[in-house]
Amino acid sequence: MATSLKVNGTSHQVDLPDDVPLLWVLRDEVGLTGTKFGCGVAACGACTVHIDGEAVRSCQVTLSDVWGDVTTIEGIGSPDAMATIQQAWVDHQVAQCGYCQSGQIMQAAALLAENPDPTDTDIDDAMQGNLCRCGTYPRIRAAIQDAALKLKEV
Amino acid sequence: MASVGKILRRTFLIGSAAVVGGVAFGAYYVSRPAPNPLKPGEGEAALNPFVLIDQNGVTLFAPRAEMGQGVKTTWAALIAEELDVDLDQVTVLHGPAAAAYYNSAMMGESLPNKGYDISNFQHNLAEALGVVGRVLSLQVTGGSTSMKDGFERMRLAGASARETLKQAAANRLDVDPSALKTASGFVIAPDGDKIAYTELAIEAAAIEAAEAPLRDPSKWRYLGRTQPRLDMAGKVTGTAEFGVDVRLPGMKFAAVRMNPKLGGVMNGYDDSAAKTMPGVEKVVNLGTGVAVVANNTWLANQAVEAIDVDWGDAPYPSETDEIFSHIAKAFDDAPNSTMRDDGDVTTLPDGASEITAEYKVPYLAHATMEPMNATALFTGNALELWCGNQAPTLIQMRVANVANLDTEAVQIHTTYLGGGFGRRGEFDFGEIATKVAMAMPNVPVQTTWSREEDMRHDFYRPGAMARMRGAVKDGQAVLIDGQVAAQSCAQQAVNRYTGLPAAGADKVLVEGFFNQPYAVPNYRMSGHVVDLDIPVGFWRSVGNSHNGFFHETFMDELALAADRDPLDFRLELAKSEHAPSAGCLEAVREMSNWTGQTAKGVGRGVALAYSFGTPVAQVIEVVDEDGTIRINKAWIACDMGLALDPDNVKAQMFGGMMYGLSAACFGEITFSEGEVEQFNFPDYDALRMHTAPQVEVRVLETNRHMGGAGEPGTPPSMPALGNALFDLTGERARTLPLINQFNLLI
Repeated sequence: MATSLKVNGTSHQVDLPDDVPLLWVLRDEVGLTGTKFGCGVAACGACTVHIDGEAVRSCQVTLSDVWGDVTTIEGIGSPDAMATIQQAWVDHQVAQCGYCQSGQIMQAAALLAENPDPTDTDIDDAMQGNLCRCGTYPRIRAAIQDAALKLKEV
Repeated sequence: MASVGKILRRTFLIGSAAVVGGVAFGAYYVSRPAPNPLKPGEGEAALNPFVLIDQNGVTLFAPRAEMGQGVKTTWAALIAEELDVDLDQVTVLHGPAAAAYYNSAMMGESLPNKGYDISNFQHNLAEALGVVGRVLSLQVTGGSTSMKDGFERMRLAGASARETLKQAAANRLDVDPSALKTASGFVIAPDGDKIAYTELAIEAAAIEAAEAPLRDPSKWRYLGRTQPRLDMAGKVTGTAEFGVDVRLPGMKFAAVRMNPKLGGVMNGYDDSAAKTMPGVEKVVNLGTGVAVVANNTWLANQAVEAIDVDWGDAPYPSETDEIFSHIAKAFDDAPNSTMRDDGDVTTLPDGASEITAEYKVPYLAHATMEPMNATALFTGNALELWCGNQAPTLIQMRVANVANLDTEAVQIHTTYLGGGFGRRGEFDFGEIATKVAMAMPNVPVQTTWSREEDMRHDFYRPGAMARMRGAVKDGQAVLIDGQVAAQSCAQQAVNRYTGLPAAGADKVLVEGFFNQPYAVPNYRMSGHVVDLDIPVGFWRSVGNSHNGFFHETFMDELALAADRDPLDFRLELAKSEHAPSAGCLEAVREMSNWTGQTAKGVGRGVALAYSFGTPVAQVIEVVDEDGTIRINKAWIACDMGLALDPDNVKAQMFGGMMYGLSAACFGEITFSEGEVEQFNFPDYDALRMHTAPQVEVRVLETNRHMGGAGEPGTPPSMPALGNALFDLTGERARTLPLINQFNLLI
């Protein structure tokens, strides 16, 4: 039986068992591969997406439990039309291997939506679930602070 | 613009003999013994293996693995600097697996010199040994070699293509080429008229490639300056394609389980439950493991977990303690190498006081963020493989062997790597994906490892031990006598790569041990190879990763015994031995306002390590916050000589340090009943946003020879942290990880 799902404003009918995690629906069925698989146990944050604006680990939300509209990294901007936060990531040359950065950006976007003026401690608290094995944390922090300033200017 | 798929299809169709569409392409001496892998089509010109031009644009080839180190951008900048094209107007592709893309710098690293004291004669010899890399078709990204390798060759490739294009324009305009200029992808005529390179492609292809001298560095526009990374936009928008993102029409998804007793056999399995699970298409017997092919990776993984497998035993001791007993026993054997033996360490100098210490570090996993995976399509007489990898020509040979095909029938598509750190220089992920695809002919299948499978089937950084003896007199080190014992990743890798047994002195085991830039009169450093069959491999900075900890922790112990400031103690010994190393120590002293004194509740440690041609000094500061210790700050100074992209070098330096600190704090692979006991990030954690230090990096450029960037940031991080913890607590860290001894913030 098909389940309907709204991702980045587009509706999809998905024919997969109810217990398949949203991550694997997005990647292998919908074809949105920007959301990454890192651990499968909510320990790395690479799979972070928004459901109704809230940052969630898509490896832990089953298809039948998706409670609202899903936004992925592809939904917030594109190479030709980046979101402010993505542009801040470019300005600070954050990514190294880049694999975790979709999740980092989605987590940071949710933080800034909730808290437009985060302190270092706020950033620590919000971002500590997102692992980066390349160790890009100093530039992630700088990019978040910069994006916060730019978003206030808008 | 050329797509690599198109080029490869054509290459595949015409084989190696034919020239297509009547367009010849210039031979170029860089590629002379290896055929140009780029076969230009109608209206295209491959001026050499690194530059392809057609009517629509210029494509540069950067055939090195982009695993985060920025090689795609800097490699392209080397070509663009001489070719006179703008980096934002060209396409940069990785290109196919090809002998022409050999790594000329890698073999030079195998010379038994210390590196920092290399003479010009030896430097030339190292460059000559690059020829061996060519003969062996070693298209490898590793050993922090890409810039050493590409620095001259890629500028020559760009210059040659530029001069050939100028000659084509000169022929057309009937003027002398010296009257022409080039800029931003155009040849400029004396009257100011511009002819685009794209218009000249076919004419240029008909001309024997020119050779041209390289420009003086004072004329550089790109090199030595920070460039925006070409991969950044893709990586922040989720559009960069990693191996696990490859999507092909009709593709299926597979999950795998190999014997967790590494190297053990599979006695049998019961897949009756798995076969009927949702989405499952096929169970594949891999000989020493099983795979399930399904219509979704997660469903495949659920099913593969449901298979009941009878695993054979591991060919090594089953418990960690037994493994380390085995490692310790190797000290009793004759050393495999003694690459430094200065003075006489058997006699204690008069009036000197002697100290000894024993150190131990665990096995470590690479734990790349992107778990191992590869996608394969097998058609019976051909194979295509898509994956992030660090050695395309080697993996091509290996999977060809698995599929019983000639290497020419195998195409390797190299994607971005979601972390490499040495793990993706192995072939197992490609071989497994090939076996799975062979069970599903004409269907592309992506085989993705679970995190648990990845963590528990690595080629680990070997566990290692060191026994150190030293002596101080009048505030100076007068004797160091060290022994290190570990499995040899080099010997095991040679055996794995070639099927032949390896022997001889293993330089990799003792790198960072015998070749540290200190003037100590009596100095002997030996390596003992441990005979164990645990799979081990190249982990960011390799031997330096354990030896940096051993050597630089012991230097701190010697400084303490000599009643000296640990930074001054090192500086004095480095000054007369290697000025760039001393310069790094002086830089971190200044950056951190090092006084040798710290406030209550604050500890600071310093370390210096010379590796891959680059000395790196680090000062790390820890703070005690109500009994919990947090890494607060880090200062790094490095000197690789010419830094081609300074901001990218900084990123590599602090990234390398973070990777080392993660291991120092939390990293430990242990064994029970022959199986790795760690499964996922909760039991193999790393630094995170709140536990990572603030960092400041200074890039010095006094070194006479070009050094690497990707790895040298790692070795000094672990001892600098251990030394800081000693300063804070008075407890010496002689084993890792530190979380077992100190109350670190988690």
